[in-house]
Amino acid sequence: MLMAIGSLTAMGVTLGTILGAAAKFLAVEENPLEEELKALLPGSQCGQCGYVGCAQAAVALAKGEAPVTVCPPGGKAVIEALAKKLGVTADLSEHEEKGPEHAFIIEDLCIGCTRCLRECTTDSILGANKLMHTVILDTCHACSKCVAVCPTEAIVMQPINVTLGTWHWSKPESGQHLH
Amino acid sequence: MKLFQIRGGIHPDYRKEQTSEKPIVAMPLPAALYIPLQQHIGAPAEALVAEGDLVKKGQMIARSQGAVSAPQHAPTSGRIAAVAEIPAPHPSGLPQLTIILEPDGKDEWTVLPSPIADPFTVAAQAIHARVAESGIVGMGGAAFPSAVKLTLGTQKKLDTLLLNGAECEPYLTCDDRVMREYTEEVIDGARIMAHALGAPKIIIGIEQNKPQAIAIMTKAVASIAGVEVVAVPVQYPMGSERHLVQALTGRETPARKLTADLGVVVHNVATARAVHHAVRFGRPLLSRVVTVSGGAIRDPRNVEVTIGTKVSDLVEFCGGFAVRPERLVNGGPMMGQPLPSLDVPVVKGMSGILALTAEEINDSPTNPCIRCGTCVTICPCGLSPVEMSSFIRKDNLEIAAKLGVMDCVSCGSCSWVCPSHIPLVHYFNYAKGMLNDQDRERRKNDRVKTLVEARTIRIEKAAEAKKAALAAKKTAAATESIPAAPAPTAEEKVNA
Amino acid sequence: MIIATTSGPFTHKANTVQKVMTTVLLALLPATAFDIYLFGWPALLLFAVTIGSCVAIEALCLSLVDRPAKITLSDNSAVLTGWLMASSLPPWSPWWIGLLGAVFAIGLAKHAFGGLGQNVFNPAMVGRTVLLVSFPVIMTSWVAPHPLFSAGSPGVSDAIAITFGGHMPDTVSAASALGYVKTELSRGIPVNQSMTQLPDLMDMALGYRAGSMGETSAILILLGGLFLLYKRIISWHIPVGVIVTLFLMGTVFHYFDPTRFTPGTFHVMSGATFLGAFFIATDYVTSPVSKSGQLVFAVGVGLLAWLIRTFAGYPEGMAFAVLLMNAVTPIIDQYTRPRVFGRSRKGEPLPLSKEKP
Repeated sequence: MLMAIGSLTAMGVTLGTILGAAAKFLAVEENPLEEELKALLPGSQCGQCGYVGCAQAAVALAKGEAPVTVCPPGGKAVIEALAKKLGVTADLSEHEEKGPEHAFIIEDLCIGCTRCLRECTTDSILGANKLMHTVILDTCHACSKCVAVCPTEAIVMQPINVTLGTWHWSKPESGQHLH
Repeated sequence: MKLFQIRGGIHPDYRKEQTSEKPIVAMPLPAALYIPLQQHIGAPAEALVAEGDLVKKGQMIARSQGAVSAPQHAPTSGRIAAVAEIPAPHPSGLPQLTIILEPDGKDEWTVLPSPIADPFTVAAQAIHARVAESGIVGMGGAAFPSAVKLTLGTQKKLDTLLLNGAECEPYLTCDDRVMREYTEEVIDGARIMAHALGAPKIIIGIEQNKPQAIAIMTKAVASIAGVEVVAVPVQYPMGSERHLVQALTGRETPARKLTADLGVVVHNVATARAVHHAVRFGRPLLSRVVTVSGGAIRDPRNVEVTIGTKVSDLVEFCGGFAVRPERLVNGGPMMGQPLPSLDVPVVKGMSGILALTAEEINDSPTNPCIRCGTCVTICPCGLSPVEMSSFIRKDNLEIAAKLGVMDCVSCGSCSWVCPSHIPLVHYFNYAKGMLNDQDRERRKNDRVKTLVEARTIRIEKAAEAKKAALAAKKTAAATESIPAAPAPTAEEKVNA
Repeated sequence: MIIATTSGPFTHKANTVQKVMTTVLLALLPATAFDIYLFGWPALLLFAVTIGSCVAIEALCLSLVDRPAKITLSDNSAVLTGWLMASSLPPWSPWWIGLLGAVFAIGLAKHAFGGLGQNVFNPAMVGRTVLLVSFPVIMTSWVAPHPLFSAGSPGVSDAIAITFGGHMPDTVSAASALGYVKTELSRGIPVNQSMTQLPDLMDMALGYRAGSMGETSAILILLGGLFLLYKRIISWHIPVGVIVTLFLMGTVFHYFDPTRFTPGTFHVMSGATFLGAFFIATDYVTSPVSKSGQLVFAVGVGLLAWLIRTFAGYPEGMAFAVLLMNAVTPIIDQYTRPRVFGRSRKGEPLPLSKEKP
């Protein structure tokens, strides 16, 4: 009996030591969490989250000060990616999925003051003083900063419509009930 | 000629006898023609006409935009009723800009470009230009602008033009009939294209279930050097470009590359016929042969249809519906797209209109996957549909991409064979669409990031420049006044 | 017309899960009928109880997870599991063996993992193995054949007593061929000598001997297996792999030491080799999907079955071999994926050849 106890104890101690040494010497280098979180965010520094930029939002997320729903333009995809990275469950109850949007200038209301031009984070508004302004859809990323500065409330956010070129099949419904 | 094996594939019930022995019938002009500005892969054409304009037959009514595009022509003489958005022949039912033409019944030709008398002596450039201005696109269904494909001869060394007469989809017999009834036109068109490509050899691949077409074409090329007709085994998807090239030449097209990189360019037989008309007569692409078939059609036929004819008129010409169809399909049943309604126009890439009954479709509710592995055995691309679909169902698109979902050609063999009736190809189409979306968004985000950084730098630079200018002004002002001004107070420093 | 919600294809092969399962049942019918004939009414009752329990447990599990029961039950997969498990039981076992087996096979091995298509281990074999380990005496009480309508065969009322009353007559037990050889070996009697005591190969092939219902008729099972091959339900890779491996291992080792190792033909003809090779190892859900993977799997099953039969404490190794290889199936699948068109085995696009022909 002593033989059995002795041998099992010896094996346990040896194997445990090997595991401990491996954990120390063969440990995998992890990227700092903040860098990884920052990579998941859109990176357009729009400020809708309330932080100065995406880097600051990432710091707050890493510290646990900001909820994973902090990024409005990111949508459901970003929320879920952040939740997965942080190992938390995302609370989507308050979340309204808006879908991709873009800014649109109502030409009848535009007075050509150039305030939105200067505010636009990606220089996506075309125009000049006293001339009609218009939004370049290709690079507008819906940060909504222009909406706030327009003195005549001429800018609204509109959903980006699907076209023949961007349409694709949706996920098959059948079989969903099975798994 | 030695043939090579292609992997997998299926042998569905072909049901071609409904229309294979029916000669092509021309359909009379309808009351209105709807010509979409985009009937091809690439940028839509730009309308050259407006409401009220009078046009002649063959007149260009929309010109190409950009390098990959094709023009549109008036299929008959008449008056432009409108340039408006109408539903496209696309599963989404989304609208697209379309030129609506009211025929005047006179069918008067416009002044056409002069026929190229001896196409085998002119420069390839001339043929590219003629094909481009004639609006010819791939008539096998892909609708890629043929002129762009013909220019591949200038970029790569080509040795073979492969004419695709396989027509491996069930029901479709339009290519079969074109080969049988317009043999000389097809062969002439093929020789012109081969000259434009700089390819010395032409191989015409025809599936063995079309014995008359094989016989007629073989006889016609017997006296022509450098042209060979080869009968390929009946195996879906033999008509897939890459697989046909592999079957006939043994060469496997590397992923993300063109068959042209192997020295082979593939064109459809109907496209060859269109090239013949454009080069020999200056006529643009104005009509095409469409197989109208399926259990719900009263009188299945092969019809020469004017581009722009509404599908409802075409179905009416074929006797209308004998029973209410379960599905309307543009193309063959395997890779064809469902049509949202009959109220859409016939376009250049429409090889078939099928009105299918529920028994023909033979679908049933989806069961769980039983991992029988048949999908893996028959996939012609060597993919693993069982694995990819289970990852896609769990929204794990990255692993699906790693497993190769972007290499899938959506032939539908896996869905066809699955005993559990899992909509495998639907999953892959969904995944491909989502991955393309993500790709587009990633590129947009990159653009946005670059712009934001550029703007930030610009603003900082402007602020620095302003500061520097102000400091310079201050120094200048300070050196001018005598005596030396007292040291600025802390407050003044801050305000500078 | 409706805006389509499904993409193509708009034609399907006339094939369903139910058709597949029913064809397999059809293939098993001749062997089963013969075995019921051999072992009489108790065998039939055991079959009925086992299959009935499997169906009942499946219905229960489906209702517990709120899935529509009717669709899943009608695909006959539970019936097939029950049938295969009953084929591996001693024919005169009491009814509760069948019921317990069903609980473990359907409840644990199938539905606890997620239902049809989600199980890692072959349910019939899990059921059998759990029973074997828990009730070793009952599970190794083989009876000699008592053909129906013959003198020794129990009548219906006796059969009910045997199956439901648990009255196993003592005098009728007999050893299966594998069991006999192993026991003799443990007593020091060399293999070549003990084999002379057994019915010869032809009798074993025809099946007139003691064993489970699956063990007895090799020829009829082989015929059923060939029927499955003909109907393209299974491919040749797994059956050939298992049988050839067993045969080769047996032959090679018998050549080197005929007193210790039984020959290849013995291995192939005895035990549940044919049932395992054609019906059990070929189970879709638990075997690899690619053909090369199936070969690897089959060689593994054959090897393990031979090892267990020869060296381990149990006379029949097929069930354990199949279960062990089931555990390895996912990794076999990962390494035996086919090569994608246009890419090398590593997944890189094929290189363009330098010379243009």
